Amino acid sequence: METIQNILAGLFLLGGCFFFATATIGLLRFPDFFTRLHATGKGDTLAVTLCLIGLAIHSGLNVTSVKILLIAVFMFLAQPTSTHAISRAGVRCGLEIWRKKEKEGNP
Amino acid sequence: MQTFFLAVALGICFLVLLVLYRVVYGPGVFNRVAAISAVGTKTLIILLIVGFLYQRVDMFVDISIVYALLNFIGCVAVAKYLEMER
Repeated sequence: METIQNILAGLFLLGGCFFFATATIGLLRFPDFFTRLHATGKGDTLAVTLCLIGLAIHSGLNVTSVKILLIAVFMFLAQPTSTHAISRAGVRCGLEIWRKKEKEGNP
Repeated sequence: MQTFFLAVALGICFLVLLVLYRVVYGPGVFNRVAAISAVGTKTLIILLIVGFLYQRVDMFVDISIVYALLNFIGCVAVAKYLEMER
């Protein structure tokens, strides 16, 4: 039982780390503000939820794991809300939207 | 399991260092706010893992709740402020 619990927690944590890494690469590599938010908003939400579920599984069935799952529910609601708020502020302040440049010699 | 937790925490710390590039050099204040929000979410996970390493999860989980709330409220407040400032 202990072994299954540890393996499940490890798998969830590794998945969370993978999505953290993809969100970070998107935040570093994408060309403008809105595309960066597109990467980090969704990737970080999924990664935080996966990591918290993994830690709750490792903690077992007690008050602490209930609190950790409550944090997961809260982050699942709050992260898209804050992403939406900051991107709306960016739109209203008139940030430039990145567009793909026309390639020369395009058929 | 403790070694695995330590490895995961160190990996997330490395990702925080990568995000700090965007915080320092990011063009404009909006990129910095988005990057700081990303750093806050990573710090939440690091705090919980540190709690598991020290065998004091019941204390660290409350700190983690407060950190999540402050991250959310700070991001929304900065967004409202920037919207008023334009």
